[in-house]
Amino acid sequence: MSDDIYREIILDHYRNPRNKGKLPEADVSIHDSNPLCGDEIDIHLKVDGDKIKDIKFEGRGCAISQASASMLTEMVQGKLLTSVKDLSKDDILENIGLMNLGPARIKCALLSLKVLKLGMVKYYADRDPASAKKLHDDSKGL
Amino acid sequence: MMQKGALNVEKIRADFPILNRKISGGKTLVYLDNAATTQKPLAVIDAIHDYYMNYNSNIHRAVHQLAEEATIAFEKTREKVAKFINAKSTEEIIFTRNATEAINLVAYSWGRANVKKDDKIVITEIEHHSNIVPWQILTSEKGAKLEYIGVDDNGYLKIHEYKNHLDSNKVKLVSVTHMSNVLGTIVPVNDIIKMSHERGIPVLIDGAQSVPHMTVDVQKMDCDFMAFSAHKMLGPTGVGILYVKRDILEKMPPFIGGGDMIKEVHKYETRYNDLPFKFEGGTPNIADVIGFAAAIDYLDDLGMDRVREHEIELTKYAIDRISGVKGVTLYGPRNTKDRGGVVSFNIGDIHPHDLATIMNDHGVAIRSGHHCAQVLMERLDVAATSRASFYIYNTKEEIDTLIDALEEARRLFKI
Repeated sequence: MSDDIYREIILDHYRNPRNKGKLPEADVSIHDSNPLCGDEIDIHLKVDGDKIKDIKFEGRGCAISQASASMLTEMVQGKLLTSVKDLSKDDILENIGLMNLGPARIKCALLSLKVLKLGMVKYYADRDPASAKKLHDDSKGL
Repeated sequence: MMQKGALNVEKIRADFPILNRKISGGKTLVYLDNAATTQKPLAVIDAIHDYYMNYNSNIHRAVHQLAEEATIAFEKTREKVAKFINAKSTEEIIFTRNATEAINLVAYSWGRANVKKDDKIVITEIEHHSNIVPWQILTSEKGAKLEYIGVDDNGYLKIHEYKNHLDSNKVKLVSVTHMSNVLGTIVPVNDIIKMSHERGIPVLIDGAQSVPHMTVDVQKMDCDFMAFSAHKMLGPTGVGILYVKRDILEKMPPFIGGGDMIKEVHKYETRYNDLPFKFEGGTPNIADVIGFAAAIDYLDDLGMDRVREHEIELTKYAIDRISGVKGVTLYGPRNTKDRGGVVSFNIGDIHPHDLATIMNDHGVAIRSGHHCAQVLMERLDVAATSRASFYIYNTKEEIDTLIDALEEARRLFKI
């Protein structure tokens, strides 16, 4: 089973994460951690007319959490920020190619999506509180 | 009847049915997470079963036969606990839910009555969260201060730092673990207690990791409070023990108010029950306390000095073998005289959770994470470690399986 999890692509994103670092002109930054594991993720977003113009993440933790964050940033770059609300658990697991994670490790894989969704809500909370609340309620897994 | 010589591990393993379990599609379980909780021998499982099958009843009050039998069995455990740690009397033994609740009882009852603004409580960087957070809550409520004794790079407490702290005459309590649940370090508690008592300061010992693994004598040690948990020493979950010296306990206000902890209740006042019942409000965990007696009997039969010898053997072997794997960093003292059977390590850039997943494929259960010791993790400058911890049923062959899994992890991560 570990052979399936720790494939080349996961290790590559773990050791050479894409879009990792700070984003000095970020419109919104958000942090969350997984208390069980201690995995930590920060996501910074630059938004341009509802589109994700730039996304960076910082974090530390296991290969699954960090690779998943790295792959997520590639997945949503340039997309509509509000489209983040529709991303599901399966979208993420498919994106990282790990459909059979156990319940403990699934939390590692999904941490970055949770942070991104919180970031989306926070961005609109400052600009359009009513739609932020709706986005929060509509977001799966928040 | 206490046995002699090395532990008969094969015979011991036959008493633990769970050790035959298969993991990850057919691998034999290698259980190396004993610092978190130990497995339970049949004798303990049977004692709990017997209670519910034959004499389940509430204790201390009713006069019917079931209640009498249950009360006798419950109080028999208290006698065995007192004897196991050599307490002067059963009145000094309080049952709680776990060691955490035991420490919280001291913070809530003794602490609120004795700690005032600007007073200090001294703990250490190697404490479990259960010996940090209750004191943070107490000191912030009282405007008191929490101070830390440091740990050096080899995993030893900086004992010389105590003197400066203790001389300030504001210290109301010293609280320290007897054995680190991450580094395995055995703390020289006798010296700390002596130093503190010379200045009239009481000492709480967190015995959660020591009482299950070595002979502990509270009178010889002369500690004022000691907390530990049944489930880390073959007993059931849901049973903690707080030992408090009688003269201190007599002056402590109650903890949880309610049934069983009272003598008389009137509309606006209550006379509290005698020791130790005053501190055991509500129906206790009767079945598991009774089960715990069987665990103590089991350890008494083996003899705690032999348990300790067995773990020293395993720890020596584990340190030897793990340190031979390329890319490994080991934490804690190297001298097995100064440490218990807990071995924490990291390998290359593999996160402990990834390592634990790979270990699980081999049937090996280890703990990965911060081990409820984030203050220590910050000090070590690591986010997490992997931890193997041993007990009476573990073997060198099981450590060999751990090493195989470590080599597999190296291969997968190309270290």
